[in-house]
Amino acid sequence: MAAPLTLLLIVAVTIRAVLFRSSLAELISERVEVVSPLNAWKRVVEGLALLDLGVSPYSGDVFHETPLMIYLFHFTVDYAEIVFMVSPYFVDCLSCLLASLDRAKIAIGSNNLKSDLLFNFPGCLRHIISFSTCGLNNAIIALFIFCTLKGSALLSGILLALATYQSIYPLTLFAPALLFFLQRLYIPVNLRRSSFWCFTLQYAFIYVGSLVVITGLSFFLLGSWDFIPSVYGFIFSVPDLTPNIGLFWYFFAEMFEHFRLFFICVFQINVFFYTIPLSIKLKEHPVFLIFMQIAIISIFKSYPTVGDVALYMAFLPAWSHLYRFLRNIFLVSCVLLACSALFPVLWHLWIYAGSANSNFYYAITLLFNFGQILLVSDYFYAYLRREHHLTHGLYLKKKDGTEATLVLK
Amino acid sequence: MGLLSDPNRRKALTNLLTRLNAPICMVCYLAAIVWFMGLAFEPFTLRTYMSENAMGSTMVEERFSSGERALSLAKEFDAHKRKAGGMPVEWLVKAMQARGLEVFTQSFSRKLPFPDENKERYMVRGTNVYGILRAPRAPRTEALVITAPCSPGNSDNQAVGLLLALAQYFRNQIFWAKDIIFLVNEHDLIGMQAWLEGYHHTNITGMEYSPLQGRAGSIQAALSLELSSDVITSLDLILEGLNGQLPNLDLANLFYAFCQKLGVLCTIQGKLQRNDWDTAEGYTHAAQTMMLMVLKQACGRSWGDHGLFLRYHIEAASIRGINGFRHYKMDVATIGRLLEGMVRKLNNLLERLHQSYFFYLLPSLSRFVSIGYYMPAFGLLAVILLLRALDLWVNLGAPALEAVDGVTEAEQPSGPGVLTVLTPVVISHLTGVALYLLPVHLQEMAVEHFPVSETEAVVLTAVAIYTAGLALPHNTQRLLSGEGTEQGWKVLKLTALLYLAVLLGCTALINFSLGFVLAVTLVPITASMTPHMPKALSALAMVLLSPAFTILYCVFIYQELIEAPVSVGEGWMLFLSVISQGILDHALYGSLVYPLLALFIYPCWLMFWNILFWS
Repeated sequence: MAAPLTLLLIVAVTIRAVLFRSSLAELISERVEVVSPLNAWKRVVEGLALLDLGVSPYSGDVFHETPLMIYLFHFTVDYAEIVFMVSPYFVDCLSCLLASLDRAKIAIGSNNLKSDLLFNFPGCLRHIISFSTCGLNNAIIALFIFCTLKGSALLSGILLALATYQSIYPLTLFAPALLFFLQRLYIPVNLRRSSFWCFTLQYAFIYVGSLVVITGLSFFLLGSWDFIPSVYGFIFSVPDLTPNIGLFWYFFAEMFEHFRLFFICVFQINVFFYTIPLSIKLKEHPVFLIFMQIAIISIFKSYPTVGDVALYMAFLPAWSHLYRFLRNIFLVSCVLLACSALFPVLWHLWIYAGSANSNFYYAITLLFNFGQILLVSDYFYAYLRREHHLTHGLYLKKKDGTEATLVLK
Repeated sequence: MGLLSDPNRRKALTNLLTRLNAPICMVCYLAAIVWFMGLAFEPFTLRTYMSENAMGSTMVEERFSSGERALSLAKEFDAHKRKAGGMPVEWLVKAMQARGLEVFTQSFSRKLPFPDENKERYMVRGTNVYGILRAPRAPRTEALVITAPCSPGNSDNQAVGLLLALAQYFRNQIFWAKDIIFLVNEHDLIGMQAWLEGYHHTNITGMEYSPLQGRAGSIQAALSLELSSDVITSLDLILEGLNGQLPNLDLANLFYAFCQKLGVLCTIQGKLQRNDWDTAEGYTHAAQTMMLMVLKQACGRSWGDHGLFLRYHIEAASIRGINGFRHYKMDVATIGRLLEGMVRKLNNLLERLHQSYFFYLLPSLSRFVSIGYYMPAFGLLAVILLLRALDLWVNLGAPALEAVDGVTEAEQPSGPGVLTVLTPVVISHLTGVALYLLPVHLQEMAVEHFPVSETEAVVLTAVAIYTAGLALPHNTQRLLSGEGTEQGWKVLKLTALLYLAVLLGCTALINFSLGFVLAVTLVPITASMTPHMPKALSALAMVLLSPAFTILYCVFIYQELIEAPVSVGEGWMLFLSVISQGILDHALYGSLVYPLLALFIYPCWLMFWNILFWS
């Protein structure tokens, strides 16, 4: 099992290395679908240059990464390529682990691991040679999930704090991680039991404590609180309306200033809102809840890129046993494939040929997000159906004995 | 989302689509053809109108009268051109300076990948001469370009003469708000490409040129003039540019408005507009005009010197003077007045032309079809591919659907490995890469071994590789370890259908005519191709509807439409020259038709050829 995995890893690293050196890397690192103002490498270099000059890297509204990230790159700027090449593999390896852990319940052949990596490769294909820090963010989230699955609450809390520190949205992963630990320690989720509150407070203390420590460390590294409005203020208030694959830019380009705050609140609440109903529905299945949360974050966050899409797509092979319950996989694949092909075409027509305009590009963005939402809801529905079949048997019959079908209402 | 999650309704719909798949596909195809041909029917088109406010309501009184001076300048230019054996640079520079322009020259050189037999050139060296009329009172941030080509022989002398006369006339006006650049380019498109690349500081085609010494701000619009006789009977407007890009419709509307005002006969595609749309001849005339535009747009080359401006987001059109067999002839002064009026209206622009349509088809100069009306014709063809893909998907998942709602314990035969599908895809694309790279790179070797010229070597190598690709399926099948299964070809066909649909969709967005023409021939054969059809007949059908034959048919149809029908032999020679022009256009100006056909459409067709011979 280890040998083919290692071989595949070596092949994948070689291909990535070759592509990094090619002229394709320059082309792709400029594309708006791949880099966003939050994680573009050009901006990191700009921030590093400002730091070297002794000026705050956040002056000039160019750089929006966190101080820890800038210090990391300060020390590894010569090896930046290696960092970018290695970090996506955390995600790949983790999804293999997820697949093997989840299937401990069901006996399935081991060639799934190979298919996992092969599936991940096209999933990550779009962002493998992008020079953006998205890979590092994904690696941190992947490590957090790894530590959670391994049962180490301390490491999980620290890594979650790190992920939240990077971009605020992983805050919603607190609930699934907590539910996982409670399940693992056999503590029932009952608001009246003291054991529940005891553990919750412990975990929350680890999480909030690490967050405070990391934020404090950032303050001492740079000597000012500049980074809070530049990073978190930037994420929340969405001042930069460069087109990307998300839903914010077009909307806020059309918005009157008067209503801007209201709609910012609405859009941002949208990301966090689904945590509560999903946690209630999936409280017995925290691993799937983590997947759903990551997917919702990548669809509804303020500056999504294909790197975020690749993060949750990399976990899809872990749920390949749901394949037979999926309803819309054909439609979703067609929509996502067509959109991926049409993004560069319509960008070219809009920006270079001047024949199209932003409406064309936003139409494709909307279609892409529709496809993603359909994919996520399809997997959710498939999961629920499988759970239903696990408890009620495979062949459903109505009371009079005829065949029944399961409908989501 | 009732349809997507309600299994009963969904099953009913999929059953309907699977049962009636073939009839629906045929109805869609016929509907697409009928819809497309119906676009030329006048009640379905809209009358053109001026959308840009800045160009609409201003009154312009044209006073240009130096027709005679223009003609004498033309004669001088001709004499100096003969003496210099090319572009008479010193004379032009002196003439423009005498008219108060700031004159600059640019020299350029380019070695073509292989000799161009149509224009008989291989190593091209030339000079562009341009004079800038600075706007007397405005900040010099924007410019307009008027250009005339310096062509060998007797052509386009009057164009240069008119250019110089206009320059002198414009110099005396005080109301110009934009700089006007008067450009005389040598070696038509190559010189124009060098000038544009120099102006915009890009180098996308590997041209060597000297940097431009003088510049005038961002160019808002450009007009190219081709005039080869002292009197004309009509003016022809040429809109199609590189890669099928069209200028904003407002430019055509402007031209038409001024032709109406000055009583000049104007044509498009060389055809005059008719009023009898309700008769058969009237309809055929409009349909022919539209088909000519479609064919010209589909081949992706620039049909006038203006075509290269469009890439830089500069609206440009070419105006060609035609001296035909009509009684009423117009002199150069009228053309001068027309140009004066157009340039004055363009001078009034506050921002680039963007109000009117960028995607349209013109069945006549006063009627247009916008993208919203012509795209459904292509959409119907794409739907056929998607319906077939859906049908295959349902068939592939059929054992699962027989059981209760997707839940089954039955042992499915393990699906075809990824390798079964990947091998034909990779081999087809490698053949496509060979078709793209080898003809130009192997020309020296071909010339050594065969008694042909370089151009013939390139074209015949391309044809040879294309034909050699037909022999592939018999080899790819043996490369696979086992026999292909029934599921194997279905998965391959599903992939190929989706690939073709996405490819044609992207092509139609960039260049609708190319996408539509390819779809019309490719969709019927690809949608219906299975290994179980009679091999000889289907192989013949596939070859007759392959991309190369599509080009051949287009050549014959084009010749018919311009009323110069050719015999089979001449048609074949024209076909070969079209291939060589396509390769040259790609190398010289960055046209995308040849790479698209070689690297994507041909491999896609090869995959279906592979399916046909799946054993």
